[in-house]
Amino acid sequence: MVVFEKPKSLTEAELHYCPGCTHGIIHRLVAQAIDDLGIEGKTVGVAPVGCAVMAYNYFACDMVEAAHGRAPAVATGLKRAMPENVIFTYQGDGDLASIGMAETVHAATRNENITVIFVNNAIYGMTGGQMAPTSLPGQVTQTSPYGRDVATQGYPVKVSEMLSTLDGPEFIARVAVNNVKNVKEAQKVIKKAFENQINNKGFSLVEVVSSCPTNWGMTPVDALKWVDEKMIPYYPLGVYKDRSAQKEAE
Amino acid sequence: MAEKVLMKGNEAIAEAAIKAGCRHYFGYPITPQTEVAAYMAKRMPKIGGVFLQAESEISAINMVYGVAGTGMRVMTSSSSPGISLKQEGISYIAGADLPALIVNVQRGGPGLGGIQPSQSDYFQATKGGGHGDYRLIVLAPASVQEMADMTVLAFDLAEKYRVPSMLLADGTMGQMMEPVELPEVDYKPTEKDWTVTGTQMKRKHNIVNSLYLLPEELEKTNLERFERYKTIEENEARYESFMMEDAEYCVVAFGIASRVSKNAVIAARNMGIKVGMIRPITLWPFPKKPLAEAAEKVKGFLSVELSMGQMIEDVKLAIECKKPVSLCNRVGGMIPTPEQVLESIKKMAGGER
Repeated sequence: MVVFEKPKSLTEAELHYCPGCTHGIIHRLVAQAIDDLGIEGKTVGVAPVGCAVMAYNYFACDMVEAAHGRAPAVATGLKRAMPENVIFTYQGDGDLASIGMAETVHAATRNENITVIFVNNAIYGMTGGQMAPTSLPGQVTQTSPYGRDVATQGYPVKVSEMLSTLDGPEFIARVAVNNVKNVKEAQKVIKKAFENQINNKGFSLVEVVSSCPTNWGMTPVDALKWVDEKMIPYYPLGVYKDRSAQKEAE
Repeated sequence: MAEKVLMKGNEAIAEAAIKAGCRHYFGYPITPQTEVAAYMAKRMPKIGGVFLQAESEISAINMVYGVAGTGMRVMTSSSSPGISLKQEGISYIAGADLPALIVNVQRGGPGLGGIQPSQSDYFQATKGGGHGDYRLIVLAPASVQEMADMTVLAFDLAEKYRVPSMLLADGTMGQMMEPVELPEVDYKPTEKDWTVTGTQMKRKHNIVNSLYLLPEELEKTNLERFERYKTIEENEARYESFMMEDAEYCVVAFGIASRVSKNAVIAARNMGIKVGMIRPITLWPFPKKPLAEAAEKVKGFLSVELSMGQMIEDVKLAIECKKPVSLCNRVGGMIPTPEQVLESIKKMAGGER
C-alpha cells in the first residue's frame, strides 16, 4: 500500500534548490493541492524571477516565466483570457514585495481571481543574499553588512497585514513550513487558496514564512529555529482576511 | 463595399482591432492615445471582450504577455514615455516568441517631452527598444484608413511569424479625423501547439519562457529567431512609390511627414524639379530594395522626419551611401510645412547641401 508519494503535478526534474531550502516543501504543498483538487490539466502557473525562477520546470502544468515582480500582471492576463482555468503565481519576497509591489497591490485590490503563493524568507537568495523588503531589523545580509538599520534602510514590509487592509482581496493568510504542524496547516491553507479561485471567490494570497540556510549562513536546523524565534514573532501566522468566512459570521 | 465613417485615427485602430478578432486590451492613460482606451472601454464589455486599465504601462504590457501566451489576439497602446516603460515586457514577449500588438502614438521627447506629434521613437521601435537582440515588425500608417488597415495587418504578421508588432503612429495620426472604411476581417483562430491553455492531461506541459541558462541554448534561440527575421525581411517589406518613374531626386518620409512631403513633391514637380518619394510603410523590415534601386537612378535623397534624423541612417545604409542624403526636419512636436520641405528639395536639386 502506498502511503506517501510525490504529487503528480510535479515533474521528474531534479530541483536545483540548496540543501535545507524550504522551496521544495512549498512546491510539494502547491502540487499536492493541485492534485487533490484534480485541476492540473487546467492550471497555468506563473514563475517569478528569483530562486524559484525555474519552477516552470518543476510543475507539470502549463507554465509561464514572468519578468521580475510582474507575475500578478501576467496572471491577470491569463485569467482574464481564460476564466475557466486556474492560474497561480509563485513568488519570493524581492519579487512580490519590492519590485512587484504595485502589481501585487493592484491585483489584490481588483480581487483578481488568482492564487498567489508568496514565499517570504527575508532575503534575496538567487543573487547571493542581499537585503529583502522583508529582512528583519538588524538582519545581516550582503547589502546590510552591519545589520538592517531601520533609520536608513526602513522597516520590513508586512505584506499580509498590509493587503488585508484593502477591500478587494478575498483571502490573505500567513503560514510557515518550519515544523510538521505548520506544514500541515500550510497545506490546508494553500488548498483553500486554490478552492477560492475554483469557487470564483477572488484574490487569495498565502504568505509562506520560509528559510534560507545558505544565505542566512546557518545550518538547515538552525535556520528553522530562526524562523521560529525571529521570523514568526515579527510575521505572526494566521488568517488575516477571509471575506467569505466574515460574511458567514455576520 | 462598406460605407465610410468619419473617425479619429485612434478610434480607427480600436475598431479595426476588434474587427481583427482582438478581445483583450490592456492600457494606461497617456496623451495623445487615450481615445484607443476610451473606445475599448466602451466596446469590449458589449462584445464579451476584456478592457482593463492597468496600474501602469509595465503591468499593462505584462498582462499582454499573459494573454499572448494563450495564443489569443491581444494589444496595448500608449505614447512615447509609456512605450519606454513597456520595453521590458516587449523584450520578454519577443524573447518568448509571442505575437502581440503594441501601438505607439508618438509624442515629442526625450523625458516627459510634450504631447504634440513626433517620430523620435524611430530608433526605439526599429532597432529593438528593450534589452537583447530582437526586432519588432513596425508599421507606419499615414492616414486614418491605414491606421485601421495596418492594425489588422499587424495582428496577422505578428501571428504568422510569432513576432510582436508595433503600429508606429504619431499624435497627428491619432487625433486627426478622416473618412475610413473599416476592414471586414474573417479571422479564425488557428490551433497552436505552443500555448499555455492547460494541458488537459493530454500533453506535456508547455512553457512560455525567455530564460536559457546554458549559453549554447540561448545562442541557438537567437539564431533561430534571426532566421525568422530574415524571412520577414525578404517577404514583408512594404513601401509606396510616388512619382519615382523619372525622378532625379528622392524624398523619403513616413507617416505624417510623408503627407506633408507629398504636397512638397507635387509643388516641386510644378516648378520642373523631377522629384519623387518613397514612403516606407514597414519601418522594420525597412524597404531597402526600392531605395537601393533608386540610388542607381537619382542624384540625391532627402529624409523628412519629425526627429533629429533617425530614419536617415537606414536610408544611408540602404543606399550604401552611394548618393548624398540630406535631412529636413522639425522636432519637439513641430511639423515641417510643405514650404520647408520644398525649400529642402530645391536646395537638394540646386546642388547646395
